[in-house]
Amino acid sequence: MSECRAPTLESGLTRLDEMLREYDCDSDNLVAILQRTQELFGYLPEEALTHIAAATGCPASAVFGVSTFYSQFRTTPVGKYLILLCKGTACYVSGVNPIESALQNYLGVPDGGTTEDGLFTLENVACIGCCCLAPAMMINGRTYGHLTPNYAVSVLKELRAREETP
Amino acid sequence: MRTAAVGQGSCGLAAGAGEVYAALEQLQGGGFRLRTVGCLGMCYLEPIVDLYEDGVLARRLVRVKPDDAPAIANALTSGRWEEVNRLAISQEDEAVLAGQTRIALRGCGLVDPTDIDDYIARGGYEAARHALTALTPEQVIAEVKASGLAGRGGAGFPTWRKWDGARAASGDVKYLICNGDEGDPGAFMDRALLESDPHRVIEGMLIGAYATGAAELIVYIRAEYPLAVSRLRQAAEQAQAQGFLGPHAMGSEFSCRIRVRTGAGAFVCGEETALIASLEGRRGMPSLRPPYPVQQGYKGKPTCINNVETFANIPWILQNGGAAFAAIGTEHSKGTKVFALAGQVRRGGLVEVPMGTSLREVIFGLGGGVRTRAAFKAVQMGGPSGGCLPESMLDTPIDYQALAATGAMMGSGGMVVMDDSTCMVEMARFFLRFTAAESCGKCVPCRIGTRRAEEILTRIIDGQGREGDVELLEELSAAVQDGALCGLGRTALNPVLTTLRYFRDELVAHVRDKSCPAGQCVALRTYYIIPKLCRNCRLCLKSCPVNCIIRVPGKTFIIDQDACIKCDACIPFCPFDAIVVLKEGVPDA
Repeated sequence: MSECRAPTLESGLTRLDEMLREYDCDSDNLVAILQRTQELFGYLPEEALTHIAAATGCPASAVFGVSTFYSQFRTTPVGKYLILLCKGTACYVSGVNPIESALQNYLGVPDGGTTEDGLFTLENVACIGCCCLAPAMMINGRTYGHLTPNYAVSVLKELRAREETP
Repeated sequence: MRTAAVGQGSCGLAAGAGEVYAALEQLQGGGFRLRTVGCLGMCYLEPIVDLYEDGVLARRLVRVKPDDAPAIANALTSGRWEEVNRLAISQEDEAVLAGQTRIALRGCGLVDPTDIDDYIARGGYEAARHALTALTPEQVIAEVKASGLAGRGGAGFPTWRKWDGARAASGDVKYLICNGDEGDPGAFMDRALLESDPHRVIEGMLIGAYATGAAELIVYIRAEYPLAVSRLRQAAEQAQAQGFLGPHAMGSEFSCRIRVRTGAGAFVCGEETALIASLEGRRGMPSLRPPYPVQQGYKGKPTCINNVETFANIPWILQNGGAAFAAIGTEHSKGTKVFALAGQVRRGGLVEVPMGTSLREVIFGLGGGVRTRAAFKAVQMGGPSGGCLPESMLDTPIDYQALAATGAMMGSGGMVVMDDSTCMVEMARFFLRFTAAESCGKCVPCRIGTRRAEEILTRIIDGQGREGDVELLEELSAAVQDGALCGLGRTALNPVLTTLRYFRDELVAHVRDKSCPAGQCVALRTYYIIPKLCRNCRLCLKSCPVNCIIRVPGKTFIIDQDACIKCDACIPFCPFDAIVVLKEGVPDA
């Protein structure tokens, strides 16, 4: 997961058109199309969804239906750092709940929320498959394991400090 | 020639294997080769670096840090292996590897997942070549039938019957799908296989495609596994470039092509009809079977869907014969099974053992038992569709039928070990929350039944349990099991059923006595100051937000149980560890 540099809507829609041609504007590829769209914008803007509906001939209701069914899709912009906090069985047994509270307290946002400065989005996920490192979280593709509430918050503090130094 | 192989699966990379590799790369001038390998399955020892002399393992180094790179480079350059003895794996840990029978995991941690030539040099794609050029599809299916291989995704359906069904189905266009939507929290063998030995999975698929007559191969992988997706994509390109996939695959008359698609985060998509819906660009909602996918699946065409681990067994079966595979295991369950050990277990990771091995041998023998000082309480098997088994059931052999009889199930092979600080009621609620959230909403029993069950468990955990709740849960479980549309719903209440079966006392204690024997349910906790240990230092007074710690004249401090909000704030403040959470009621003073 790379840092997203979201294009303007207009240039984004042009690129979306190119991508739709790759998939033959076929609604069979809707999940893949939405994944690529989200890579492009960082989330799924409403305009993009209606655009996809028009191009594929798939009803807008069905496109919205699919985009809200899968947990990967977001209809609001995401922070620069996307924190995926693993809530799998192993992480649960190893005590993820105090870590979740610590992260929510530090960021001041609930599950799924983005901080006001647009730096962090906190998201609970089912399992990232690193059960031996439990409790674990993944930030922009990098996995942090054996978390404690203090360690988890210190990771975020470090990222924030890195952003603040010019 | 001396070589260092750095294990770089997800677990290894998270433990710092990437940094170790980079540090060794800097020192590579010394005349040794550096290789990338996948995951040996010993996640608790990562990062792992294997040192080879002329292809023979000289030292296996564990928990390597980037700072160790100069010493390792020196040893590689000079051949003086004893210089890195301090990093070498212990005999005890080495025995964990030796105690396994590896068929699916055969190449994991040894083969370079980014290099098809390495896989070929180890005999890779020989089985596919033999199948495609010397055997008929019927002969391949017969071999798989003889092996007794059953679906490793959890249900245990005989693989040959799916293949035979797809072969027999009418129509020119057929599909073969590899189900890599490994959704069970606590299971990660498919991730490890795809990351560490992707060509073995592709080879298995190629053989399956030939046997079923499918010209289109699709690998469906969870989006949460980015490394697995990229390694498999790379492997597929390499296999195509070699002519193993594509027109006239391996020089035979058979042609096929492969695509990799990623899931979008929905547990239910592990169910085959939901997976197909997702591939067709729809919401991942299951549909009623029959028709089964082998008759009418993806795009309405015959579609054969097998799990990642199932495919990983196929090359070995074709190479060694079905009979050799069937010689391993029990009467009804053949071959080996990979298990993912996690939770409070000492040696977490992947192990592959013959069917028929007891749970105890896996958890205590290979896994080393409980990591914490507390006692073993339960093992959770089969993910959200499975259940928790107590110590008394640990002699159960690993066998589809024997495990189903316990109320848990084989599942995809996740084993989460818990010590006695885990509350089984809370655990059951954890899984119900998961399935309630992941229920696709299509059928009422699952959508509403899981929600109601979660509500009942929540009130029990909050100390509001009512007489009759246990019976109500039993009734509800039976109703959901009977009425739900797909496997997710039908098994959704299994965690509750096994809790009722093996931990009934604990559930009853919550409802009737309003106590949590594990001390985990906050609302049911009793905070208590042990009079003997209290030195009247008053530190705890400041920590209590509701001022419920009071001094009784002539005695030490006590907690007013009616006023206590169980916030846990006082415990860390006591320098004498005098404040404790009681598992039973307050002792009479």
